Amino acid sequence: MPGLGDAATATTVESPADQGVERAGPGIARVGQIGAVLLSVAAALAVWELVSRTGLIAERDLPSMSSSFRELWSLVQTTSFWGAFAQTVRGWALGLAVATALAVPIGILLGSSDFAARALRVPIEFLRPIPSAALIPLLFLTLGTTLRSEVFLAAFGAFWPLLVQTMYGVRDVDPLAIDTARSFGVGRFERLYRIKLPSAVPYIATGVRISSAVSLILAFTAELFMGIPGLGQKVNFAQAYGLNDQLYAYALATGFLGVAIHLVSSAAERRALRWHPSQRTAAA
Amino acid sequence: MSSRATNRLKIAAEIAVPLAILGGWQLWTVHAHSQFFPRLSTILVTFRKMWLFSQFGEHVVPSLERIGLGFGIAVLAGVLLGIPLFLSLCGYLLAMPHIEYWRAIPPPALLPISVVLLHSIGNTQKISFIAFFCLFPVLLNTIDGVRSIDPTLVDTARSYGVRGLARIRRIVLPAALPQIAAGMRNSLSLAVIMMVLSEYFSSTSGVGYVLLISKNTFQLAPMWAAILLIGLLGYVLNVLFILAERRVLAWHRGWRAATA
Repeated sequence: MPGLGDAATATTVESPADQGVERAGPGIARVGQIGAVLLSVAAALAVWELVSRTGLIAERDLPSMSSSFRELWSLVQTTSFWGAFAQTVRGWALGLAVATALAVPIGILLGSSDFAARALRVPIEFLRPIPSAALIPLLFLTLGTTLRSEVFLAAFGAFWPLLVQTMYGVRDVDPLAIDTARSFGVGRFERLYRIKLPSAVPYIATGVRISSAVSLILAFTAELFMGIPGLGQKVNFAQAYGLNDQLYAYALATGFLGVAIHLVSSAAERRALRWHPSQRTAAA
Repeated sequence: MSSRATNRLKIAAEIAVPLAILGGWQLWTVHAHSQFFPRLSTILVTFRKMWLFSQFGEHVVPSLERIGLGFGIAVLAGVLLGIPLFLSLCGYLLAMPHIEYWRAIPPPALLPISVVLLHSIGNTQKISFIAFFCLFPVLLNTIDGVRSIDPTLVDTARSYGVRGLARIRRIVLPAALPQIAAGMRNSLSLAVIMMVLSEYFSSTSGVGYVLLISKNTFQLAPMWAAILLIGLLGYVLNVLFILAERRVLAWHRGWRAATA
């Protein structure tokens, strides 16, 4: 009988087969799609400008789109902006790296050993839903406002989705392949390396994509709440000093960083999975 | 070893390992004498004093209210927006870039903006913040769920003349419900996180507020008790949701088991 915890995780695991379902049609349809996207973005920016200019929302509270982007443009020319940007990216990268280094081996272990999985099920199911945000005060007092706090928080948050994905990926291996390998006398480690790992790679890649978003969120959160240097700290300063133009400009920049990281990790996922059936386009 | 004995060993491990971890924690904190890591027993006593139930009404109830309202609004809006977005490809294309941008932005970036825009650090700001970010999992799962409906189902309904609202209520919604539920579950755990963040940023009540105040005043045991409460809250809400989902989607599980 599957336990409550198993059912809980089963639905959150993203099957790699779901990926790459959307494929842009060729030619004219593609141009139309890009047109619709551009139109929609332009319309939203225009609405923002109008809402602020007409005073529907006071310009003090919502600076107009043009002045926010002008502010962002002048920020982009300063070194302090790029310093903060690089610090946030560093927090994200280190958090994701630490999480991957821990979650993948542990996930492989828990996925291949039923005993280990059962023994650690309760602690994992309890720790997993704990909002990492609750750890901020503890980190503030113990590790202080340092890069270590930021990386710890980012890694803690990014660890869980990747662990679960890896675990289910290793478990989802085709039993026929394992049995075939066993009857050919392929050893335990070679089975792991040759069969289980490759078949888990799609799951792990999806896990890395999810975890990379989580890692960025928590790196930024650490900066905002603990005053660790980075974009989060800049946002906090801008609000504290009532520099609303800057506040919106930094929030925009953070959003663009988020989109960039999402695009990069999705592209990396597709690249890692080029051989996988879910990524194959129809042969026609 | 017989399979029965193995099974018994596994169950024993499942019970023993968590107990061993708790025991280890207590032993370590007793010996470490660290001011940052009070004894587990001290934390539990503080937990009972604070949350059962002297400060429950003052701080836990407001937090639960914010989670409930924010989550409720997000689910309603997500489903109501998601279904028309499926029905028209054009609407989908127009909405997608915005959904992608807001989904990719780290939510805390909007915390200061929500305070500036809404002139509030009260329930309005908290609930809108929670609802805004809980919207996306529900919305995207609704769109996906509706798009992956079995075409035979849709065609059959059409040939029987099921149209309009009846089509949405009797065909589209039930078929998409399992996936909507998956989105809702992600949203619910997100709601707890957003509650903590928004209360920790600026507030006058709530569990996140207690967390902030006890940190600022170096009261370690209440701080740990608040962390423990938030962990339990996330866990319990998740379990409650799964139980409710099992009840509501019992037909779906039965149907899947039968076709598998």
